[in-house]
Amino acid sequence: MSPLEIWTYSIVGLTFAIYIGIAIWARAGSTSEFYVAGGGVHPVANGMATAADWMSAASFISMAGMIAFGGYGGSVFLMGWTGGYVLLALLLAPYLRKFGKFTVPEFIGDRYYANSARVVAVICLILASVTYVIGQMTGIGVAFGRFLGISYEMGIVAGMGIVAVYAILGGMKGITYTQIAQYVVLIFAYTIPAIFISLNLTGNPIPQLGLGSEYAPDGVASGMSLLEKLDQVVTDLGFKEYTTQVMGSTLNMFVYTLSLMIGTAGLPHVIIRFFTVPKVADARYSAGWALVFIAILYTTAPAVGAMARLNLMDTIQIGPVGEESSNLAYDERPDWFKRWETTGLLKYEDKNGDGLIQYYDDKNAEFAAKAEGFGWKGNEMVTVNNDIMVLANPEIAKLPDWVIALVVAGGLAAALSTAAGLLLAISSAISHDLLKGVFMPHITEKKELMAGRLSMIGAIVLAGYLGMNPPGFAAGTVAIAFGLAASSIFPALMLGIFAKRMNKEGAISGMVAGITVTLLYVFQHKGILFIPGTEFLMPDMGMGENWFFGISPNAFGAIGALVNFMVALLVSALTAPPPEHIQHLVEDVRIPRGAGVATGH
Amino acid sequence: MTPDKRADYWKANLRYLTVLLIVWFVVSYGFGVLLVEPLNAIHLGGYPLGFWFAQQGSIYVFVALIFVYAALMNRLDQQFDVGEE
Repeated sequence: MSPLEIWTYSIVGLTFAIYIGIAIWARAGSTSEFYVAGGGVHPVANGMATAADWMSAASFISMAGMIAFGGYGGSVFLMGWTGGYVLLALLLAPYLRKFGKFTVPEFIGDRYYANSARVVAVICLILASVTYVIGQMTGIGVAFGRFLGISYEMGIVAGMGIVAVYAILGGMKGITYTQIAQYVVLIFAYTIPAIFISLNLTGNPIPQLGLGSEYAPDGVASGMSLLEKLDQVVTDLGFKEYTTQVMGSTLNMFVYTLSLMIGTAGLPHVIIRFFTVPKVADARYSAGWALVFIAILYTTAPAVGAMARLNLMDTIQIGPVGEESSNLAYDERPDWFKRWETTGLLKYEDKNGDGLIQYYDDKNAEFAAKAEGFGWKGNEMVTVNNDIMVLANPEIAKLPDWVIALVVAGGLAAALSTAAGLLLAISSAISHDLLKGVFMPHITEKKELMAGRLSMIGAIVLAGYLGMNPPGFAAGTVAIAFGLAASSIFPALMLGIFAKRMNKEGAISGMVAGITVTLLYVFQHKGILFIPGTEFLMPDMGMGENWFFGISPNAFGAIGALVNFMVALLVSALTAPPPEHIQHLVEDVRIPRGAGVATGH
Repeated sequence: MTPDKRADYWKANLRYLTVLLIVWFVVSYGFGVLLVEPLNAIHLGGYPLGFWFAQQGSIYVFVALIFVYAALMNRLDQQFDVGEE
């Protein structure tokens, strides 16, 4: 075994031992502990658990890469995945905590006085959460497979086994305390390499400041800022200017950001975390703490993205563009390059047969003419995967093996913590909303707890299966989960609190309309149920690629939410107002006094 | 609690929400997206200002907004005597 493998096994093994230790200590003895950790979690602790619950494999592994190659356009993820907490803290969390029940569909069922509304909410929740959990499973499989030398399938089985231990034994209680441990692991794993790299490139150890500092590699001042340097390096090779490149169009960025924000606020596995704090006031502060812990990673990510991109470009383009000696010879490529080639995340193709690496934007017509003059025959870095920006970052910066091992443990912590939260949201929707709420209302608490554990097992097996046999759409799943949550759950919750007049007819037709419109637009672009070849774009009728004002399918959740709001308000205006006791319920939810511990009754 | 006081409490809450959500909108969608180009002419250290709002500033403001709201609502709960024991 290489030293790196020994480090990786030790650090990952240690973190897993901690998670299992917590699981044994934090077993759940009641449904209240299983669904809401007994309702006594400190707001700061809950904030930390929420941060781990929220930051998934996508945040940890993929986001910095999306920023690295998207530049300014990557800002939609930064703003979208944090701004949603403002909506959550101001518009939903305190009121749902006051309502004091175990699940999100339960609020919708009670507020809209109909089991049918509750069932529609369960369906929307399961659609959003299952699509989301697939992304976590693939993340776990990839991380295990790449670093621990075991197969992708075995990786998923190992990950599932760990989650099973603490999620089945401890429910929300076990998940809460493991998530706190997982947050600590993932935040160290993310920030330590970032600090080293920022220090190397700018002399400033704080990445958030380093990104805005002078570019001074190894202490030699260059007279220009890091971002100016990056802009220059990328534009010299025909790429779009880093600090100004947009994603699609300004309108698309606007709508995309909005979809991610509304989706964040509407994701049930995040909302239920706020049912675990003792008081309404705690729910408000806890959302703030969650965002503090999230912001530590989210404000570091743009520095990681920009600096890793600069490092990558500088590794390959070692001198002025156009001179023969300026391109790295393939035979002299560094070790990390070779290692990542074997994984397929990096791929080189010597198109002009000169043995040198030319990495430039060959889709830029203006630059292509210049490139031809240099004797270049196309971009030779045919694959540079987004994920490599975080995964290979410590190696590119020549950091010690233990840092690389820590990054592996961090990626696993991010994926496991999010998977556990999602699995709890799914299993409580089944055992509490469907079984206890609709089919067997007289079930005893003990039996419900047993049912909760059984549905957890079912959810884990399903997630594992989908992780091993990912449907064709796996790559885009996480973004789609946001669209689904944004277009169905968020509007129903918000209207339930802020529009006293909203009735069941309005809410149900709104949810159905919102999710349908969103799914239709996604299916139209990506195939019905994502089956390739069933796309039904109709360019002759003005429905070509991104036909709706240039809005991409991943960004469409905000439009779905808008449709939901409009349909709900229109239908409720035309139908009878909700009964008196529901209007009292809304009045009651708006005032903090009288919030007990969350209950199932 | 009288219905009138209830309504006053809710109105005060909605006022806070409106102001804070305007700030939320301005720093992200305003400074970070719609006005990013003109703001980029101004620099904050090595950061073009619009770019800074999109990738750093808006996030800091979001955090502040939530704590400001929590503090304002705590005061309001006390004023109207609707807080928890």
